[in-house]
Amino acid sequence: MSAHASHAPKRSGLWDWLTTVDHKKIAILYLVAGGIFFLAGGIEALLIRLQLMYPESNVIGAKTFNEMITMHGTTMIFLAAMPIIFALMNAVVPLQIGARDVAFPFVNALGFWLFFFGGVLINTSWFLGGAPDAGWTSYPTLALNQYSGIGVDFYVLGLQIAGLGTLIGGINFLVTIINMRAPGMTFMRMPLFTWTSFVTSGLILFAFPAITVGLVLLMFDRLFGGNFFNPDAGGNIIIFEHLFWIFGHPEVYILILPCFGIISEVVSTFSKKRLFGYSSMVFATALIGFLGFMVWAHHMFTTGLGPVANTLFGLATMLIAVPTGIKIFNWLFTMWGGQIRFNVPNLWAVGFIPTFTIGGMTGVMLSVPSADYQYHDSYFVVAHFHYVIVGGVVFGLFAGLYYWWPKMFGKMLNETLGKWNFWTFFIGFHLTFFPLHFLGLMGMPRRVYTFLHGQGLDLGNFISTIGSFGMTIGTILFLINVVVTANSKQKAPADPWDGRTLEWAIPSPPPEYNFAQTPLVRGLDALWVEKMAGNKGYVPAEPLGSIHMPSPSIIPFVMSVGLFIAAYGFMFHQYVLAGIGLAITFGSMLARSLKDDHGYHIDPEEIEEKGVKA
Amino acid sequence: MATHHANAVLPDEPEKATLEGKNKILGFWLFLGGETVLFGSLFATFIALRDQANGGPTAQELFDMPIVAWSTFILLTSSMTSVMAVLALHKKNLKQLQAWMTVTVLLGLAFLCLEIYEFNHYVHLGHTIASSAFGSAFYTLVGFHGGHVAFGIAWITTLILQSLKKGLTVVTAPKFYVAALYWHFIDVVWVFIFTVVYLMGMIGGKVG
Repeated sequence: MSAHASHAPKRSGLWDWLTTVDHKKIAILYLVAGGIFFLAGGIEALLIRLQLMYPESNVIGAKTFNEMITMHGTTMIFLAAMPIIFALMNAVVPLQIGARDVAFPFVNALGFWLFFFGGVLINTSWFLGGAPDAGWTSYPTLALNQYSGIGVDFYVLGLQIAGLGTLIGGINFLVTIINMRAPGMTFMRMPLFTWTSFVTSGLILFAFPAITVGLVLLMFDRLFGGNFFNPDAGGNIIIFEHLFWIFGHPEVYILILPCFGIISEVVSTFSKKRLFGYSSMVFATALIGFLGFMVWAHHMFTTGLGPVANTLFGLATMLIAVPTGIKIFNWLFTMWGGQIRFNVPNLWAVGFIPTFTIGGMTGVMLSVPSADYQYHDSYFVVAHFHYVIVGGVVFGLFAGLYYWWPKMFGKMLNETLGKWNFWTFFIGFHLTFFPLHFLGLMGMPRRVYTFLHGQGLDLGNFISTIGSFGMTIGTILFLINVVVTANSKQKAPADPWDGRTLEWAIPSPPPEYNFAQTPLVRGLDALWVEKMAGNKGYVPAEPLGSIHMPSPSIIPFVMSVGLFIAAYGFMFHQYVLAGIGLAITFGSMLARSLKDDHGYHIDPEEIEEKGVKA
Repeated sequence: MATHHANAVLPDEPEKATLEGKNKILGFWLFLGGETVLFGSLFATFIALRDQANGGPTAQELFDMPIVAWSTFILLTSSMTSVMAVLALHKKNLKQLQAWMTVTVLLGLAFLCLEIYEFNHYVHLGHTIASSAFGSAFYTLVGFHGGHVAFGIAWITTLILQSLKKGLTVVTAPKFYVAALYWHFIDVVWVFIFTVVYLMGMIGGKVG
């Protein structure tokens, strides 16, 4: 075998971040990039609410309003929620299963950079002829050239690039969880966050190719004269709706399942109790993942699929309430009789449970096809999905960020600021979205830039806009908290919350190799088992030895830049530019294939210097 | 020969000898799962649009059995030669492995040439991506497959060339193995294209 370099190539500053293949650093990249997109999507939301504060107002106007709703939805789903979930998965999953790394460190970095450049591509549309304006679903015929501007090209190409990144990220986590678990870490001993990340990765694998095809077909129609969605030439627009929702509905579960995992970890830790009904939680997660693929047509009840299809898809949708209910009750039973501590992560978790339950109940209401004809395309739907995606996903992500921040950054977020952050955001959220249920039932249609006086819609819209200020203040308080924490000198201990799982057995932040010795797992809640047995920390499964690490690489970055350039070439029909971009990407793939990465080794002496258990 | 020495210490089933190799193979199987959804979506689209010729040439008028039969024969044979290559890999016989992979690539090239000829022929008959929904669906589905074949040819060629220098090791063995998996996959997709696009197209009549 070839010789290995024995030391890490020293890299610093920006170059280190561009070339890193360390899952803990990639987690921070995902968090920063996703956080910036979250702020962009939040500003768009605020402008939408300002436009709707008073009847017949003209703060941003109809055209900009269309761009704002499209970009708000697209940004929040694909460029904010997804990457922040990937941030936590990267930061936590390898640690929870006792692994030194993910299965494919290089692919992991590539996944991030593809997502990043896809997201940047979509957002450059603001400066290059207008943002996409056909809604986040971009249904044809509205999204075809006749009715929409060039923005939709950015949407189509940017989401293809970002989606590719997400797909390979999902494969990476599937293989990591299947192949990289520490000795004794059986599937039924995996922490629930790891389980939900596993199921979510499976959903990503089978859902994202469907939207890729939908986007490719739309791209052919828009850029290369295709006729998929042109009824005059025999095209059929319903195909896009199917492909979009075959992806789109599992996407909802891709977002919420990891948040269920976070809530399970937080509720259990802060109740000082083992998670109630662990195996039923695992079963419910898998069942939700499976059923998530069976219900896509409930987004299309009014399309005209007929009563039989509508009934079946309605029934399948109602079924999902069963495993979800199992989860809600399990969380409540975990808290029941526990020693509950209301630290900030637990505040978010406790806020999550009733809020998400409300969103779930309106979901069951919407699953009745005959009733859906009434709710469809009204603010009732807007209220429903914000209750599950903000009340569920965003609350869950905040819980996870406050919980794992010390592990990711080595410092504790400030509790007082955290409580203000929670209460302003929580109250602001309910003020914003609760009235929308009633506005919807009164007949206010979604995606319309204004409403008329004297139809009973004024007060609800006004309250909703005031509420959005509360969420804005909450988000700003979070940012202040991040800055305050970054400047504080106090270091976080390895195990600040009296944790139960393996990530709390190693320093905060962990060294680059995570575990000096691979841990031996002896039960569910691996660290808690050792604590109860009177051990300090985990029991090693191997003697101290030299640790093999992958080399950093700039290739993932370059590969993604190539596709970024090629996308502009296709959009503006500059095929030389497209060729250059593709050449960069394929050239990078070739370079990666030809040059073997032997990695480097960290010697035992070096590990001991940093402190290690006997 | 340097490779001869490497062969002597190479473990059995060298593609699965390291954790990296095992990860790569499992990851690639999962990737093929995603690819299945991708082609499934394209097939569904094609089936929905295959009768929408928009006044242009229909499937019955276009398709020509001999050329498609030759394409199928060539691609199925290339799948067999890639199996021979994997058998050679398990025998740790690098020369045979390279030879069978070269045959696979050449058959792939022959297939691709036939496809290019075929597409060119159809375009002259007025069947283009822009002529009808049938045209769009046909070129997208069959073209996606053709693109996969082209990528596979470039990929396997790269592997053969680097194996001349690197020999057969626990690093190169998994690469050949997953490339063979990929080649089988595009072969299986072609079996469905042959059935759904060509056979059903020639027999004619609306389905569903």
